[in-house]
Amino acid sequence: MEQIPQIPKEKFKLVHDENNKDQEKIGTPSLTYMQDVRRRLFKNKVAVVCLTLLTIIVAISILAPIVAPHNPNAQQVTMSNLPPKLGNLNIPGMNGYQNMGGKMVDAYKQAEAPKGTFYILGTDYLGRDLLSRIIYGTRLSLVVAVLATLVDLIIGVPYGLVSGWKGGKTDTFMQRIVEIVSSVPNLIVVILMMIVLKPGLTSIVIAIAITGWVTMARLVRAQTFQLKEQEYVLAARTLGESSTKIATKHLIPNLSSTIIIQTMFTIPNAIFFEAFLSFIGIGIPAPNASLGTLLSDGQKAFRFLPYQMWAPAIILSIIMIATNLLGDGLRDAFDPQSSEN
Amino acid sequence: MTKYILKRIFYLFVTLFIIASLTFFLMKLLPGTPFSNQNRMSPDQLKIVKAQYGLDQSVFVQYIRYMGGLLQGNLGTSFQFNNEPVTALIGQRLAPSMQIGAQAMIVGTIGGILLGAVAAIRKNTWADTLATFVSILGLSIPSFVLAVLLQFYLAYKWRIFPVALWDNFQSSILPTLALAAMPLGSVARFMRTEMVDVMSSDYIELAKSKGNSSWGVVVKHALRNSLIPVVTIIGPMAVSVMTGSMVVENIFSIPGIGEQFVKSITTNDYPTIMGLTIFYSFLLIIVYLIVDILYGLIDPRIRLGNGGKE
Repeated sequence: MEQIPQIPKEKFKLVHDENNKDQEKIGTPSLTYMQDVRRRLFKNKVAVVCLTLLTIIVAISILAPIVAPHNPNAQQVTMSNLPPKLGNLNIPGMNGYQNMGGKMVDAYKQAEAPKGTFYILGTDYLGRDLLSRIIYGTRLSLVVAVLATLVDLIIGVPYGLVSGWKGGKTDTFMQRIVEIVSSVPNLIVVILMMIVLKPGLTSIVIAIAITGWVTMARLVRAQTFQLKEQEYVLAARTLGESSTKIATKHLIPNLSSTIIIQTMFTIPNAIFFEAFLSFIGIGIPAPNASLGTLLSDGQKAFRFLPYQMWAPAIILSIIMIATNLLGDGLRDAFDPQSSEN
Repeated sequence: MTKYILKRIFYLFVTLFIIASLTFFLMKLLPGTPFSNQNRMSPDQLKIVKAQYGLDQSVFVQYIRYMGGLLQGNLGTSFQFNNEPVTALIGQRLAPSMQIGAQAMIVGTIGGILLGAVAAIRKNTWADTLATFVSILGLSIPSFVLAVLLQFYLAYKWRIFPVALWDNFQSSILPTLALAAMPLGSVARFMRTEMVDVMSSDYIELAKSKGNSSWGVVVKHALRNSLIPVVTIIGPMAVSVMTGSMVVENIFSIPGIGEQFVKSITTNDYPTIMGLTIFYSFLLIIVYLIVDILYGLIDPRIRLGNGGKE
């Protein structure tokens, strides 16, 4: 055996001790997936603007009873069809003047409105305050959206999970049902249901619920198929974890991005359907305001009183645009690859 | 492929059968009868009228009769429109709807392809931003909102087009524009994504490096390959155009099927509602079927049958 020469300990010395320390250091805090998503979302200016807009709209509609200046259904026939007026500010288009036979006339004076009365967005043909009606109408649209989303989550997600997880015959059977439901045009189902049920909020939500869950179920099923082949799921199964626990602990967290993104597309769809049904007259019944009924009323009088049509049209469009763009932003945030190509 | 098509056609009939049955029984559940307003009718007269429409039979007999009629292409008789057969009603009103629908699809698709292509070629420039903005507007603004605004400005204020009329081509322009917005938006978005993908692929690099003009590369290689997936969104597009046509036809007073549908809903005209529901579903299912088959033919990478996905 050859002698191994002993090297004294003193000869070992770290080179550039200080520098190395810096190189090894992790400069930024490590982010969880959700933190990363949030960071990417807030970097997207368009998404932030939409999120802010939607937050404001949601806040106003939640606080509707406090924010709305008048009762949305209170009729005051003497004050009918007054143009918009904002206090005593003299802004053209917002000063209460109306074009009557080529002359601008103070409509408030003509209606003998008490001094200090003003309607920011004017009144409709029954003297109801348009702004309050729009606030309440938006609230209703958002309620429909929230309920439609809940249905999506309550029916669509479990359906897709079970179908994808069980596979085999169960899956085939469940998929046949999905195929049949999805091949019936959902507009037709919604209209049929609305004819049979009494018009109103519940019926609209039921009608949307019958067809709305299909897309969600499909997406969740496809993802579950991929996820169940993953090692961690296999490990959980080997350890004897129950199916429900695997679903809630492993599958749903990994499905969250798909679910959130799909939800962002369910919302504008639901709002559109409500407005559409109300517009053709089988949606929200008469005294209550909805963006669809407001538009339909506004359209009838648009020749002389265009402001009655403009306001609901703008609000409806803003909500639709903002949810669509926020949905895009969320998709990019959850799946950065999709936007980088 | 043949097996797949046969299977799809079988499903088509199953679906139609289900829709027809569902519509029939739902209509029977409806509150109110089409005769409820005629208070002056004596019980005897009411009996005669009911017998004339076969409403005195049991629901089951009515169902069998209706389904039998369907097989022979008979959709029943309208309660409200001068006792006309529903098929005749649809026949009379099909042309305007088809014209507007087809025009909207053509304008939307071509406009969308151009918009999407420009956005992809001039990626991250002002042209891209503008195109994206236009397409998101088209996608988000409901067609009936757009229809109302177009009617107010272009027809009423500036008097470029008739407000509501159905006689010549001019009167079809505004409804077409209102309906075309949605297809335009979705095609443009789809096209942009696809084209950006294609533009960065190897064969485009090769075509460029061979010294082809950039215009030639775009038209010959990029555009053609990006077009394939656009076929898949024709189905949803057709649905949105049909949905839109119901309200748009109402807004512009066009004597089409959509307007008829809305009218028959408000007048409890069961046979017409049933007939139109079945007709609409049939059209949509056929469109979906054609799109699926087309897609399989165009792109051999798509394996049809057996789900094709997993």
